[in-house]
Amino acid sequence: MVTVNEVCRLVRSKNAGPYWVTVDFFFKDAESYARHAHSPALGGDTFARLFGADPALVKHFPVDGLHVLKVSYPRTSPQGGEVERDMHCGQQYVRLLDIELD
Amino acid sequence: MTEHTDNPSKPISVLVPAGSLGAGVREDEVAYGIAKGAQVIASDAGSTDSGAAYLALGISKNNRQSVKRDLTIMMKQAWATRIPIVIGTSGQAGGDKNLDWTRDIAVEIARELGITPRIALLRSELDKATVKARNASGRIRPLAPLGALDDATIDACEHIVAALGPEPYIAALEAGADIILGGRTTDTAVIASYALWKGAPAGPSWHAGKIAECGAQCTEKVEEGAGVLLRIDRDSFEVEPLSTANRCTPHSVSAHMLYENSDPFRLVEPGGVLDVTTSHYAQIDPRTVKVTGSVWEPKPYTLKLEGASSGRFQTIMLVGIQDPVVLNNLDAFHDRMLGVLYDRVHKAVGEAAGNFHLSLRLYGWNAVSGDKVPAGTPAPREVGVLFVATADTQEMATQIAKACNPYFFHMYMPEHEEMPSYGFAFTPADIERGPVYEFRLNHVVECDDPMELVRTEWIDLALEEVA
Repeated sequence: MVTVNEVCRLVRSKNAGPYWVTVDFFFKDAESYARHAHSPALGGDTFARLFGADPALVKHFPVDGLHVLKVSYPRTSPQGGEVERDMHCGQQYVRLLDIELD
Repeated sequence: MTEHTDNPSKPISVLVPAGSLGAGVREDEVAYGIAKGAQVIASDAGSTDSGAAYLALGISKNNRQSVKRDLTIMMKQAWATRIPIVIGTSGQAGGDKNLDWTRDIAVEIARELGITPRIALLRSELDKATVKARNASGRIRPLAPLGALDDATIDACEHIVAALGPEPYIAALEAGADIILGGRTTDTAVIASYALWKGAPAGPSWHAGKIAECGAQCTEKVEEGAGVLLRIDRDSFEVEPLSTANRCTPHSVSAHMLYENSDPFRLVEPGGVLDVTTSHYAQIDPRTVKVTGSVWEPKPYTLKLEGASSGRFQTIMLVGIQDPVVLNNLDAFHDRMLGVLYDRVHKAVGEAAGNFHLSLRLYGWNAVSGDKVPAGTPAPREVGVLFVATADTQEMATQIAKACNPYFFHMYMPEHEEMPSYGFAFTPADIERGPVYEFRLNHVVECDDPMELVRTEWIDLALEEVA
């Protein structure tokens, strides 16, 4: 078992408009990307569990040329609501770093 | 699309001076780009990233002087070589008030420089009656995760804008504008507009616009410069940093398709979809990347709507805590305090408090996520506790905060031998934060004509001078 943090050189999260968040997993190399980018542990259910996203709306985009997996999910409440804690969602990736991949 | 039919014999050069107007345009970079043959200076001046307050209030995120400084550099150099300036999403949100603010700055600069540009204002704010009528005729569609639009949601918005495409910019360029100040517009359309006007192919023009939308963000050393120069050719485009100390690489350019974008391959724009699935990125000299294979798929014309509402009101308080009794039991402290404060408001304010909401955020522990911290996590050295009361009026939010005041600053834990006093820094301790501003729309409106929701106005400073 390895964690996201061990096989990625960079993980980042950011708002993509007021209703969506997008996460980019930059894998360390082609081998890590090939082995882990399609891991079920990075599937919609994980984003549902960690961020409350509707798993049916979570979108996955493997970007082969960059060894990047991009995952986009809808926010549970739009940017800037009464309970906002991270306007840009720039800190949301941290919860993904310890996910174990097979 | 009203493109010129004459194919350009040489590439179209577009100077993008910074990621956004007011972010810090550099005089030497603009001079470099113009010396290299730039035919237009294009930039956006905002986005939704900083939240709904700027659209709801019609104000800029930037201070006036930053915008004036950047625009002065651009107007001085553009006028000297008589190339146009194209600005989208004026004043951060692109509503009419945001646009007026930017217009006043541009006119002030022109007078100070003694120049007489023709300025086109492209208004994209929509009145509620127009939006309701379009919705009633079934011409407004929701985008996930929102559902169908209703009149109550439209009424809740302070301001509604449509994100324009390139057509109104092309029309203003055709009519001889020296400066175009646009309302809300897709960043991509602002930057692509001049090349599309000159007949450059749509795929490379739109893709170039997307790559350059954040200025030097698509370069290797983002801190090294502010802007980039685009050269859009028959079947490709090139991108080069305006700072000679910086470079673009295939990685830095292609990775920009990931940025703040939910889909890295297909970008929905007014009138079509940019598809970069088969794009190829090549280093053609040490600083420049050439991109081929970008495809534009025309689609029925739609404009995306944005609307911002002003909601309930908040009052906040803040304390710092180093007390080990609290730090060694932070989750219990949080839960106990939240219970105590709700109880206090019920007793001290009663039903008048309405459907209020209290939130405690422990900075240094779990404030950003609000999630439970894993068992065994060591205690931090200190935490900051942010208190947020939300209520129907500002006055009530503050009354609630005042009711909570003695407990928020002095709540006992069972281990405390005497009354603790947590570290607060301000008096009065409660800070009125104003309303909660929220985006309410994630919808598109179908249009028969790209110009039908745009209002174009002209300011001709040369005519004013004569008069």
